[in-house]
Amino acid sequence: MSLNKEQFLQAYRTMRTIRDFEYRVSDEFGKGNIPGFLHLYAGQEAIATGMCMNLDDDDYIVSTHRGHGHCIAKGGDVGGMMKEIMAKQGGSCAGKGGSMHIAAVEKGMLGANAIVGGGPPLIVGAALSAKTLGTDRVGVSFTGDGGSNQGTTFEAMNLAVVLKLPAIFMFENNGYGEGTAAGYAVGSKDIASRAAGFGMPALKVDGADIFATYETCKKAVKHCRSGKGPIAIEASITRFRGHFEGDAQAYRGKNEVKRLMKELDCLKIAADNAIKKKLVTKAALTKIDKEIGVYINEAAEAALAAPSPDVSELLTDVYSSAY
Amino acid sequence: MPIKTYRQAINEAMAQEMRLNDKVIIIGEDVAGGAGCDGERDAYGGVMGVTKGLFPEFGESRVIDTPITESAIMGAAAGAAQTGLRPVAELMFMDFLGVCFDQIYNQAAKFRYMFGGKVECPMVVRTMAGAGLRGGAQHSQNLTQMVTMVPGLKVVCPTNAYDAKGLLITAIRDNDCVIFVEDKFLYETSCEVPDEVYTIPFGEASFLREGSDVTIVGISNTVNKAVAVADRLAEEGISCDVIDPRTTSPLDEEAIIESVETTGRLVVVDEMTPRCGVAADISSIVAEKAFGALRAPIRKVTAAHSPIPFAPALEDAWMPQESDIEAAVREVLGYTR
Repeated sequence: MSLNKEQFLQAYRTMRTIRDFEYRVSDEFGKGNIPGFLHLYAGQEAIATGMCMNLDDDDYIVSTHRGHGHCIAKGGDVGGMMKEIMAKQGGSCAGKGGSMHIAAVEKGMLGANAIVGGGPPLIVGAALSAKTLGTDRVGVSFTGDGGSNQGTTFEAMNLAVVLKLPAIFMFENNGYGEGTAAGYAVGSKDIASRAAGFGMPALKVDGADIFATYETCKKAVKHCRSGKGPIAIEASITRFRGHFEGDAQAYRGKNEVKRLMKELDCLKIAADNAIKKKLVTKAALTKIDKEIGVYINEAAEAALAAPSPDVSELLTDVYSSAY
Repeated sequence: MPIKTYRQAINEAMAQEMRLNDKVIIIGEDVAGGAGCDGERDAYGGVMGVTKGLFPEFGESRVIDTPITESAIMGAAAGAAQTGLRPVAELMFMDFLGVCFDQIYNQAAKFRYMFGGKVECPMVVRTMAGAGLRGGAQHSQNLTQMVTMVPGLKVVCPTNAYDAKGLLITAIRDNDCVIFVEDKFLYETSCEVPDEVYTIPFGEASFLREGSDVTIVGISNTVNKAVAVADRLAEEGISCDVIDPRTTSPLDEEAIIESVETTGRLVVVDEMTPRCGVAADISSIVAEKAFGALRAPIRKVTAAHSPIPFAPALEDAWMPQESDIEAAVREVLGYTR
């Protein structure tokens, strides 16, 4: 059963929220309102959305340096995220994490990870907790094609198979690990078959299609929850922005980005399909677009107006118990 | 009181905490041994037999044999600690820190701070350090300095069976990531260890000998060598304070400084690199905070600045020996401006 009307509207709303969030932080970065580095998820929204719609609040995810989308899709507080990224008081990580360490622990989003390949071993641990404590929770690691080449990812997949843990390895193949093509860097050319080589089922999906992504993720979550061990998904997608904001993307072909943004815009594909299937009306989507526009603007304005963290907090939370 | 070995004391600490709290699990390579084999399960109980007997009592869901996969072990422990378990992960030799350090210092140590205080990471990494067993350059190192420098980690270096049990129970109950450095030279040593559960707080040094002429601080097994030296020198009328910090992070700076304020002389011993080691760190703290009390330059007694050699003659020369400690004590005592 594919997305029904209500589910589709929820998916569209989440994808639109991510897209608008990313474009707004891009603008604010350009204006100098965001310190540090920024890696945007624009273009990949259907993957985080399709996966997280199949998860409960107490399921776990870990993410990458490109983590805003995963955090929003898992239910992270957009206002707190905006403040965090702008390094303001009230930020979801108290101004100590920033864009690359965005988290919503209360929603099972255990943190974005700025070490490529850093997350997969951690989700094995979350899945180990689920199995040992006898909950039916699952853990999902979002990893890029770049992270798929790291040894930590291989170790994590092997251990998850050996211990038969409820872990999903979601590989978002956006074609580039920083400025190097996946076609060059992924030796097997195929991440899914490599994951299958570790002894788990591996699925492939068009990551620009929210209907297909949702369905594939649903299968994977069902597999894990029923105690059958880990599973992998390779979702193909493209990156609308550079590796980081400010990346001139000279490594990409002439008009490549422009063409792919037209061909693989998951929001546009979703809207066109849903309208064609008479699942929703254009007016209903336009209404959501407007609402999200206001919502993101309010979050951004509140973050811009907020003060910086107090310097007295520099040494808090290094340790949890006495030091 | 019963006499137990360092190995037994560590084993008992884990067993008792596992009985008290079913969230405590053991994970590592050959912590039981025999997984998937036709022979005995719990064949090893850890490569040094430290976890022996835990598998039969607690079963495979709580004593988890892993592949040889240090990054995944440390990452799994960190992820599990973040989500409700209290893992005791074993890093067989401290030398293997190199293949999994990211999961410890970039992940486990930083969760709490990086995510704004919303996460705890109650995990223990038990590991084994120390030269002298002719293990060569990759199975002999004490890399305590590498973990001591990391904010977010706590580092424990027990030097006798009594401390080992109490400190490990504290470590398992602590809500931060604790690196528990066992000195492989000490597994067969023994002393009185109560059967009861007890804890020893972190950051409280123990005074193994009290004296007024020279302060000797030793890390891991070097402190036992310092005690032997102090006892010999006592026969000559030279009296030494011998301090075992027990934890290098947090470090009981106060105990060391108070002692130096009495003796005016400091010898610091470790089995690490001469540069940027724990002895170097303690020296700098004393130089900064107790300069006025010093009657002689601080003397460090450390290993040599080389990889650890295999040949016994070379390894013995590489390691800080009792004779080196004794020479250092005599040197600071004989110093005149």
